[in-house]
Amino acid sequence: MSTLNPYDALLKIYSDTESIRLSSGTPIADRVVTDIFNYTEQLTKRVVFREAPLQVSWKDKIDKIVISRLFGYPLMLLLLGAVFWLTIAGANVPSKMIASVLFAFQDVLTQWFQVVQAPAWLHGALVLGMYRTLAWVTAVMLPPMAIFFPMFTLLEDLGYLPRVAFNLDNMFKKANACGKQCLTMCMGFGCNAAGIVSTRIIDSPRERLVAILTNNFVPCNGRFPTLIAISSIFMTSTLAFSQSLIAAGMITLLVLFGVAITFTVSWALSKTILRGEPSSLVLELPPYRRPKVGAVFYRSIIDRTVFVLRRAIVIAAPAGAVTWILANVYIGDVSVIAYIAGVLDPIAKSIGLDGFILMAFILGLPANEIVVPILLMSYLATGQLTEFESLFELKKVLLANGWTWLTAFNTMLFALLHWPCATTLLSMYKETGSKKWTFMGFIIPTAIAFTVCFVIAQAAYFLGLA
Amino acid sequence: MKVKIGDRSNALKDHGRVMREHFGIRTTGEQYVIALAGNPNVGKSTVFNALTGLHQHTGNWPGKTVDNAQGTYTYRNKSFLLVDLPGTYSLLAHSVEEEIARDFICFGQPDATIVVLDATSLERNLNLALQVMEISSNVIICVNLIDEARKKKLSINFNELQRELGVPIVPTAARNGEGLQELQNEVYTMAVEKKKAWPKQVPYSEEVERAICALLPKIEELDLARVVNPKWLALRLLDSDVSFIETISRYAATQKHKPAALQHQWGELTL
Repeated sequence: MSTLNPYDALLKIYSDTESIRLSSGTPIADRVVTDIFNYTEQLTKRVVFREAPLQVSWKDKIDKIVISRLFGYPLMLLLLGAVFWLTIAGANVPSKMIASVLFAFQDVLTQWFQVVQAPAWLHGALVLGMYRTLAWVTAVMLPPMAIFFPMFTLLEDLGYLPRVAFNLDNMFKKANACGKQCLTMCMGFGCNAAGIVSTRIIDSPRERLVAILTNNFVPCNGRFPTLIAISSIFMTSTLAFSQSLIAAGMITLLVLFGVAITFTVSWALSKTILRGEPSSLVLELPPYRRPKVGAVFYRSIIDRTVFVLRRAIVIAAPAGAVTWILANVYIGDVSVIAYIAGVLDPIAKSIGLDGFILMAFILGLPANEIVVPILLMSYLATGQLTEFESLFELKKVLLANGWTWLTAFNTMLFALLHWPCATTLLSMYKETGSKKWTFMGFIIPTAIAFTVCFVIAQAAYFLGLA
Repeated sequence: MKVKIGDRSNALKDHGRVMREHFGIRTTGEQYVIALAGNPNVGKSTVFNALTGLHQHTGNWPGKTVDNAQGTYTYRNKSFLLVDLPGTYSLLAHSVEEEIARDFICFGQPDATIVVLDATSLERNLNLALQVMEISSNVIICVNLIDEARKKKLSINFNELQRELGVPIVPTAARNGEGLQELQNEVYTMAVEKKKAWPKQVPYSEEVERAICALLPKIEELDLARVVNPKWLALRLLDSDVSFIETISRYAATQKHKPAALQHQWGELTL
């Protein structure tokens, strides 16, 4: 008898099962689960009787719609779009107010510097560099975050997120990934580093790696404001209802595109370097609960908004000063910043950006939050425009620097797809314990960002659209 | 599979050792080991507490920080060690909890496994019961929360359910102590009197059965029937459960000798 070493024998049989598993259309493991559920359904029908009609609670009725085949996806899209629209429409006015207050204070600061007869370079680095970047970070990022996070937390508290996971499970299965990946993606909306840590809920190491490598395609805290800022600055020139709708639709589409990329990359990984089949999961849908509004606001404002803003400020302040210095130190006729941007310009132009944008993304590696402020700083520090009445003035800055619809669109795409921030890379390294997978986590998004932007830019140039 | 001090055949000694080492279970003298499985929130702990009273202590599964409670109770002068397994929806081992529950039912070889089901959502709960019945033939199903079911005007035909499943069914409302006497009785009959149950197996679709049939001859050559139901092993392989191959091999190595009476139980049951 061959019981002495059943391990090798079983492995051999296991490798033989590969052909059986692949021969059937649906994965055999899914078939097994389906068969069991069919059997329990039949069994229950024969054994359990209802003496009174089932009291359908309103929660069940809601679930019938929320997770139905017909309404599940449209409702998800609608909710996503509505959240973005409320964020964009709602953020406009406070952004403008904060900007005007903070920039009015900049003038006061300037006067103080003049009173004490501070040297011009000190005023430049501290006020025009550091303070102005902080003002931009706050004005551009605070209002959208303060609106978006509470709404997202409300949905989370309500119990909607597991239902999203339920709706999307089938898609993940088709991408050979785990349905729980959806929940880690939702965490990624908050912060990709947190999203990557949350992949611990996925038990299969293969599916966990897939989730880690693709988490970056969900725009995080730091990149959301970038998307919102660019779409509302560039797509809306007034507060008109229709324009904020367009901006919201734009962002919804971008997020959907990110999700589509997630599926594609998950699928491709599962077919190449991370081969394997998806595992099924049992997910209990928690009951809908009335969200505790006070707790939601506290959590989303204190834990998320203030946390992110603080992180942004800590990194943005020195970055602002450095950017100003770089913009005002000249090598011959060219400032350092213009020189670097000039070097990057040919590559950047080929993907529909410009050297300054690409440089801002590179300098934004420590935290994506500072990409837009650095970009504005480097445009403004070169002295194109120095007075602002409102946030909409920004559009003039961008147009003056040669932005077209293609620049705006590709900048948003690049923000969505490009390399993860340093914190996220560090989390990847901690979670996988492997330099190789961390590098993959860097190179896959980077390659995709360059490819997608290149194709779109070249197509637009070729067709003469931009 | 009780562990008798001073009277141990090789097999029993082996088995006792495996249980102790692997699951941190300590049996004292002549004690019957009963596993308690069930979905989360079906009143499993209530059943556990109602049966054991306060005679429980918390054990730690080796390697993992998932606590499992063990407790003893005495019924008709026999001592029973009740092991409360983590609450799981299935035994497909997609999580640590499921793996622990599965390994204990499969390799801990309890004298009986009680699967606690929620009477108000029988359909969802039966999934786990059917999976346990694929692993072990010593299964007792405890349909708990029948008081809730009555409130919801659900009537359950327990005789029909017992006929369909082929294992003893005990309706209980553990909160009020209802049905616990019958449950202890069934456990006694199965564990002490060795009355066999004949669990019915899930009728799989043709596609699955064909896949199982293709694997069975090769698996049977390995002569693992005394360790694990070959059909179930085939399903694990089809489910790409590679980690299970390792587990079963490790276990088989410690289980070279077992009483002949148990060797062919799966052959009779399922093939």
